[in-house]
Amino acid sequence: MPLLLVSTTSTQDSGLLDVLLPAFEKTSGYDVQLVSTGSGQALKIAEEGNADVILLHSPSAEKEFMAKGFGIDRRLVMHNDFVIVGPADDPAKINGQNPIEALNRIYRAQASFVSRGDNSGTHVKELAIWKLAGLDPAGQLWHIETGQGQGATLSIANEKDGYALTDRGTFLAYQDNIELKILVQNDKRLLNVYHVITVNPEKWPQVNAKGARAFADFITSAQGQEIIREFGVEQYGQPLFYPDADKTDLELGLP
Amino acid sequence: MLFDNEIFQITLLSLQVSALATLISLLIGLPFGTWLALGNFRGRSFMLSIVNTGMALPPVVVGLVVAISLWRSGPLGGLRLIYTPVAIIIAQTIISAPVVMGLTAAALESLDPRLQQQLLGLGASRLQMIWMLWREARLPLLAALMAGFGSVISEVGASMMVGGNIRGQTRVLTTAIVLETSKGEFDKALALSALLLILTYLINLALTLIQQRGQKK
Repeated sequence: MPLLLVSTTSTQDSGLLDVLLPAFEKTSGYDVQLVSTGSGQALKIAEEGNADVILLHSPSAEKEFMAKGFGIDRRLVMHNDFVIVGPADDPAKINGQNPIEALNRIYRAQASFVSRGDNSGTHVKELAIWKLAGLDPAGQLWHIETGQGQGATLSIANEKDGYALTDRGTFLAYQDNIELKILVQNDKRLLNVYHVITVNPEKWPQVNAKGARAFADFITSAQGQEIIREFGVEQYGQPLFYPDADKTDLELGLP
Repeated sequence: MLFDNEIFQITLLSLQVSALATLISLLIGLPFGTWLALGNFRGRSFMLSIVNTGMALPPVVVGLVVAISLWRSGPLGGLRLIYTPVAIIIAQTIISAPVVMGLTAAALESLDPRLQQQLLGLGASRLQMIWMLWREARLPLLAALMAGFGSVISEVGASMMVGGNIRGQTRVLTTAIVLETSKGEFDKALALSALLLILTYLINLALTLIQQRGQKK
């Protein structure tokens, strides 16, 4: 039986779903159809009833989605983190700073900052940190909006010698092709938290609610969490995602 | 946001980039297509087959190759053209030049071959003869121009890759549509699509009127 999963590009691009989905299909017998897209579009697709279950990293937009009654069950799955990368000569001197101070320095130095500008989870996070810093970079000449995915945005930042906020996984996958370095990392404000949401069948009766619950159960089960923990360790020497099914939003610093 | 300054600027850039690419394609495609149609040399059929294949060049493939060439790490990286409108013009020219070239060759080949002999017999120089042939084939030649323009104003793969869809710099109508779709802003995406279709229609209407006016004379 087909199950329609809409997920963010980061889970697809990192390769995690290539490992997770076959394991789920094998244990459950469901046949997963995956659409991977930015979080903004993913939520819209789900609101229109074109998804059974979604896997996202845009907590505030997800809460809105739940409040509007489009989802019935939202569970914490895992996290990884964002990092701020930039050219090795670091013209704005942000190396080792906390993210707020880093953005302040980039703003003052008017150094190129390359943003996705696409309402994705990463873009929403970036805007939240600018807001924490009390700054608004919109419309500044050094603030470049690509309107594209993380990989393309890193390539553009690399060509423009610019800074960028990126999830660590995509950066690790791209680091061999670009000269950018990680300059800011390991801050609680840079956590990238993923939730799984099952779509409300009362809104859209054709939703495969049983399959959606089976997927949410699997990805938060001991087996699913173990796959998440081990993914990427062999290739990158470090995990790309950290399983969190036994934690609460509060423990990860989410409101 | 609709029909504000930003939309105007995106629309203008789309038109400028695609019009320039089409113009350059015309400057390349018309003489080369004519040469292919009228020439009598070894390998002509082979070259025609290459040009005809070029008419079906996938824009993403062109985008990829142009991007790799223009990246700093690439052979033309020193020009620093990647993620500029010029990069989009280069890619779009590569897409539309074979279209103009192939259709020009087809248009001239479909003329009665005796026409050439007649014109030369009447004392026309070779250039005059070509000029008369172009006039004779003006209907399909204008169609070639429209097809060339249509192939680039509508493409998104190459513009995205070599332009980067950078707001205020290289964002064109098609890449803006992809972006609004990815943001889940389907209304804006549809409005931009309508704008693109209307513009394309108006330009083709103008060219068609020119084409038909010549016809009724």
